[in-house]
Amino acid sequence: MKPIPLLKTAVLAAALALSGGMTLAGTYNVSVDRIRIDAGEFKKTGIGYNGSQSPTVLRFKEGEQVTINVKNNLRESTSIHWHGLIVPFRQDGVPGISFNGIKPGTTFTYQFPIKQAGTYWFHSHTGFQEPDGAFGAIVIEPKGGETVRVQRDYVVQLTDKHPHNGSRVFRNLKMSADYYNRAQRTLEDLVRDSREDGFKQALQNRAMWGKMRMMPTDIEDVQGFAPLINGMGTQQNWTGIFKPSEKVRLRLINSSAMTYFDVRIPGLKMTVVQADGNDVKPVAVDELRISVAETYDVILQPREAKAYGIIAESMGRTAMVRGSLSPTQGYAGLVPRMRPQPLLTMADMGGMMDGMDMGGMDMGGMDHSAMTMSSQSSTMPEDMDHSKMDMSGDMEGMDHSKMDMSGDTKAVDHSKMDISGDTKAVDHSKMDMSGDTKAVDHSKMDMSGSAKAVDHSKMDMSRSMKGMDHSKMDMSGGMAGMNHSARDSKIGEFYAPGSGLIPSAANGGKFLSYNDLKAARPLYRDRPATRTIELRLTGNMERYIWSINGVKMDDAAPIRLKYGERVRFKFINETMMSHPMHLHGMWSILDTGKGKWDPIKHTVSIAPGTTVYTETEVDATGQWAFHCHLSYHAEAGMFRKVIVEGGPA
Amino acid sequence: MKMIYLPAVAATLASIIGAPAAAEPIIWGFQAEQLEYRFMDGEDAFVWDFDALAGSDELRFVWRSEGEIGESSGDFEGLENQLRLQMPISTFFDSVVGIQASTPDGAPDRYNAVFGVKGLAPQWFEIDADLYVSDHPFFRFEAEYEALLTNRLILTPSIEMNMPLKDDAARNQAAGGPTFEIGARISYDLIDRAVSPYIGVNYERAFGGTSDMLRAAGEDKDAFSIVVGTRIMF
Repeated sequence: MKPIPLLKTAVLAAALALSGGMTLAGTYNVSVDRIRIDAGEFKKTGIGYNGSQSPTVLRFKEGEQVTINVKNNLRESTSIHWHGLIVPFRQDGVPGISFNGIKPGTTFTYQFPIKQAGTYWFHSHTGFQEPDGAFGAIVIEPKGGETVRVQRDYVVQLTDKHPHNGSRVFRNLKMSADYYNRAQRTLEDLVRDSREDGFKQALQNRAMWGKMRMMPTDIEDVQGFAPLINGMGTQQNWTGIFKPSEKVRLRLINSSAMTYFDVRIPGLKMTVVQADGNDVKPVAVDELRISVAETYDVILQPREAKAYGIIAESMGRTAMVRGSLSPTQGYAGLVPRMRPQPLLTMADMGGMMDGMDMGGMDMGGMDHSAMTMSSQSSTMPEDMDHSKMDMSGDMEGMDHSKMDMSGDTKAVDHSKMDISGDTKAVDHSKMDMSGDTKAVDHSKMDMSGSAKAVDHSKMDMSRSMKGMDHSKMDMSGGMAGMNHSARDSKIGEFYAPGSGLIPSAANGGKFLSYNDLKAARPLYRDRPATRTIELRLTGNMERYIWSINGVKMDDAAPIRLKYGERVRFKFINETMMSHPMHLHGMWSILDTGKGKWDPIKHTVSIAPGTTVYTETEVDATGQWAFHCHLSYHAEAGMFRKVIVEGGPA
Repeated sequence: MKMIYLPAVAATLASIIGAPAAAEPIIWGFQAEQLEYRFMDGEDAFVWDFDALAGSDELRFVWRSEGEIGESSGDFEGLENQLRLQMPISTFFDSVVGIQASTPDGAPDRYNAVFGVKGLAPQWFEIDADLYVSDHPFFRFEAEYEALLTNRLILTPSIEMNMPLKDDAARNQAAGGPTFEIGARISYDLIDRAVSPYIGVNYERAFGGTSDMLRAAGEDKDAFSIVVGTRIMF
């Protein structure tokens, strides 16, 4: 079992006998080198550890005292941050915050105890070295051995290697924020939209986005990269070997600079057993979205002696990479076609619409509560199509509040739902789509009649929706009163209702949601937070400035925490992009409403237009970094220094 | 008016110099909207219009150069260099303050202080509106729109208006007599967005008193040209 070339010089030192018992100690050597990256069609110079484009994997044991000698062979300073590892702050490896960096030609020795188990990773925290390739993986075996017995255990580390080096990417983004967006709306799209929605509607939609100077395609602001699995492109086809019926553990790590990936293995269920290094109650899924810097461990059991593709599609569907699980090397499955590119909706705009004119919009009285669609899961159609649903007539007092779509509803498409007639009151606010509702699309829902076109994807903010009251629409919190989509569906919870980013599994099956994550063992006693700190994620897309509470890192005072307190962070994403927020040194307990069973993470993705809460037990003195893990967002200012005062030094 | 801007500039400069070691990198770049050969009645010409910039989010130094060289004469029909400072005043707009030197061949030199705004208007119109202040003041408005035919094939209509605010007989400029220049260029992003060759058309025409002065001087009041060139950004 040697999935990828391991650390060349890793040496497990002899165990040292100390007073009171045995302590494990290991010494590891890592060199930081300028390397040539060859990923098939993609060739580029970059930075690698131990001279290799295959990520170095450091394997530790819980309880071990590690010594890691990092030799900088670059002509510039470097650093290594141990992502997700709870270490003394001087060992955290962030230049300017926890140490001075590693000068060219020198060796820096990190020493810290390993107090945890699981899958983590490490990367440079200097400049754009991480986008340039400076990342590796960390696998820590629990004290008592792995809880899940598997026959195969592989690291699957994803990245998005760009032909331009990091500093050039950043400069280009500053010159022109859409420099790398090659998935913009074109004349062709306008023609297609006109055909589908009418020219006037298509133009109005354009005009609405144009008024905001935003693009519904701003999902990945750096495109044109080569997605790689363990340093290999699709043609090179990284392969993990298995024998049929063996249990395989994949340690998925997203080391991308900028790219969220949707990962699936067609033909296999993945049982998620760990998220961000912490065990979770197993949950079987068909597909999952891995935000930048997150890790997920999944267990698979391929029964057939054939090649299974590990497919990772970027969230914006501009790139895809395939690796394989196969009984022998050289087998490769088919590469599926990339799914269509999603589009952001007005729901994703969240707080960006603050300055917009919402007058004249009145949807307050819309009530769909009487519309009852309860059904047994067995009788629920796989593809519920309301396209020809005609509700002509007088629909005064239509109430959807008890509308129950429980069951295995695969895709609810209201796209051409026509509610003609005198629709006086339409209320979707309590619409319950519990169950396995995969995707609820009201995007082209047409309520002709007196409510002229309730179209939430192309919602026109400029007074075209006469007679509708959005008075309860909460712009900062993600449109609380406007619940026309999967509000209660499990996936929708961490996306704005009606978001264009809500994922669905390629096979129509189960897509992992943050809501599915349940800690296997709580790390902390559950207790009320001592205070809440509000962090609005803000930005100016046109200038490529990213900030927190409207202030860039450069101009911001540090966040001061007190040792021993439990802080609740309220993240409000007011931008149109997702931000994976990463707190160094301490855990982030993601509030999914499960109390002490809330999952414990080091990186929490905040989707546009949403508000997400995390809590942190402040149990680590020192100075820490707290930032969006999209490399160029962090560099552009979405970054804070956190100072924990008090407690043991 | 200059006095109002200078303290702001000084403060911004100080904040840059005094920035911590972990400051964001200085942004620099070069952007040529026009770098083209114009085929026209009479003398063909080589024309450029570029910005070279360096700075931060808070303050950018820009060297803007525009010029036109007659193909056969080699004369600078137009030559204008500006040093500008750009500072954000809103989400989408910068204020501009600078100096301009206009030194073509065959006409007296002119030096102006420049005050203006530059930014992105709703519906994605790129706008430059500048007031040039001296003994021969004028106002200039430029707007450009990039229409994506595909994600690489881009149609860019543009309009520029120069409005003299005082007579300048030596340059055939009459107060209130505007000159308009409209163009449409189809470019293709050949190498990223760095090199985008284009073809297009350009039409200039003077109106009012300016037109009369041109006619009196025996020059055309308008000029139509077919253009071939490339946009450059790096």
